[in-house]
Amino acid sequence: MSQNEDVIKVENLTKVFNKTLVAVDHINFNVKKGEIFGFLGPNGAGKTTTINMLITVLKPTSGKAEILCHDIAKQSDAVRYSIGVVPQEYTADEDLTGLENIMLCADMYGIPRYISKKRAADLLELVELTKFKDKKTQTYSGGMRRRLELASGLINRPKVLFLDEPTLGLDVQTRAATWNYIKTLKKEFGMTLFMTTHYLEEADSLCDRIAIIDHGKIVVVGTPEELKDSIGGDIITLSIQKNTDITDIIKKIPQVKEVKLDDKTYTIKTESAELTAPLIIEAIRKEGHIVSKLSLTKPTLNEVYLQYTGKSMRDQADESRERMGHGLMMRRPH
Amino acid sequence: MSQENKVSKSKLHGLWALTNRELKKWYKAPVVFVLTLVQPILWLGLLGNALNLRSLVSPDSLALPPSLVAEFTADQLALLQDFISGLGNSMMQGTFGTDSYISFMAVGMIVFTALFTTMFSGMSIVWDRRLGFLNKALSTPVSRAVIILSKVLSATLRAMFQATIILIIAIPFGFAVGAAFTPLSILGVYAFLFLLCVGLSSMFIAINIRSRSNETPMAVMNLLNMPLTFASSAFFPISRMPGWLQAIASVNPLSYAIDGCRQLLINDTINYSQLLFQYAYVGIFAVVLSSIGIILSWRYLNK
Ligand SMILES: Nc1ncnc2c1ncn2[C@@H]1O[C@H](COP(=O)(O)OP(=O)(O)O)[C@@H](O)[C@H]1O
Ligand SMILES: [Mg+2]
Repeated sequence: MSQNEDVIKVENLTKVFNKTLVAVDHINFNVKKGEIFGFLGPNGAGKTTTINMLITVLKPTSGKAEILCHDIAKQSDAVRYSIGVVPQEYTADEDLTGLENIMLCADMYGIPRYISKKRAADLLELVELTKFKDKKTQTYSGGMRRRLELASGLINRPKVLFLDEPTLGLDVQTRAATWNYIKTLKKEFGMTLFMTTHYLEEADSLCDRIAIIDHGKIVVVGTPEELKDSIGGDIITLSIQKNTDITDIIKKIPQVKEVKLDDKTYTIKTESAELTAPLIIEAIRKEGHIVSKLSLTKPTLNEVYLQYTGKSMRDQADESRERMGHGLMMRRPH
Repeated sequence: MSQENKVSKSKLHGLWALTNRELKKWYKAPVVFVLTLVQPILWLGLLGNALNLRSLVSPDSLALPPSLVAEFTADQLALLQDFISGLGNSMMQGTFGTDSYISFMAVGMIVFTALFTTMFSGMSIVWDRRLGFLNKALSTPVSRAVIILSKVLSATLRAMFQATIILIIAIPFGFAVGAAFTPLSILGVYAFLFLLCVGLSSMFIAINIRSRSNETPMAVMNLLNMPLTFASSAFFPISRMPGWLQAIASVNPLSYAIDGCRQLLINDTINYSQLLFQYAYVGIFAVVLSSIGIILSWRYLNK
């Protein structure tokens, strides 16, 4: 397989629940070999449903997808052998130990014991759970459970790893640590990663490309830089000492795309803030005004996200954490 | 590398791993394990003695009025008491096929326990779904049928172990085997339990397989359990029930398994053509319901 070949190909993939609820609506995207591809979207956008179709747990209503050239519907067993899955929930059985859980996973892949024993030990070592491998997972912390899920998802040496909100409900430090594990593992095994997240900073710093999904539709796909550029470049905000309107002066500068005046503060959109700011200051001074405040901002994914989904990320992160809390409280009876 | 990626492509791989997962929740949890032993003791001790039907027809319970006693000689009185005792025994024999109600009930109880063990096993699939384990399993190459079979198998093994414990515990309570008992009968009883558990377990999984919550299936199962338990020969013989109840009890697979087990364990003679019919009935129940279970698992685990 050549370096640039697409590992995941998705064409008009659609899932309708109960004949009316369109959870995923004709989505199209490709994931290249070795890439980290991120799915970003609010709750209920259809991220998990998409993953569940790709990992052959849900049947698509229409459309198709291929993983490593295997059709997810027609060659689902071939797909299953070549992928690893780290689901949104903690799926490890709480009544079993970490090692028992990972071995159970190995057995579900039909990996012979003489191979899986060594592999399980290595993976547990990699995610630093060796010390706790004989403890029941109900005694594990959130971060430890995530790491166990990660190790389990890699037991079959997958070529593509699916991660559904892998850091959901973890505190900032544990999130960072978890991502270090993921990056180490990716390097170690040379995998392609498909992940969903709603932590923008994570998507920004980790993903090679991002698709923003809302109401089951992909609204935009691109590298984090492309997405930021797509909302119209950098932003300059400034105010002047006198209370006069200088909008027209600023507008005359060719590099300025848009100017808005709001409460004595001018918000200016431009391709490159560094290059345009000196021109603006110069023009303003020529007209006899003095700049009192100035700031340059590069757009973040937050602005991108807001622009494409009309929602801010903050409220959602809290909502999700709450959902996760409920998940953790559910205990399995004997 | 090629050896590293070696995997078993057998259709049944993972069956034992998944079965053992269920069993570990039981044999590795000391409290749960001890409770499964305590339960039959309580049942046999309480229900077996509280419902000691044998004592209903005894010289004590049928004490003669003093005015009547005065008219008999001591010899005649002893004869009369023997007669009442004999009457009690023959009533027990005629009704229950043994003169010990504990023996009768112990056999009913092993099947009753099988009913509950399979019911809980059926419910566990809802938990697997809610906690995400089911999705995880479905994303691996383990066969859909194996996921279901592992539940059936674990419930069956557990019920068979519990049956053994119940019968052993019943011995100090007065359980006695019948004249027709041979060591081979034990295998026969396991065969009945195996078939019955496969059928019941498949049935309960079929009830639960679509569900994301326990409420609806619980209601359905409770509704089923009453007639399955009491419109059966578990605690009382069918022949002594009113006609409409007999009609239900005589299609209830539990009755066939129970009656079959009683023939093998506590009766003095075995009616082999009846025994064959009982095996056939429970066997067909097992085949039909496990087929339904597997068809449903294909349908609903592949949504
Ligand atoms: N099994 C299901 N049956 C019916 N509706 C579902 C099911 N799973 C998800 N949905 C619905 O589909 C939509 C997308 O859900 P999901 O893919 O879980 O979103 P996300 O993972 O992006 O939060 C939601 O409206 C959700 O309620
Ligand atoms: Mg989700």
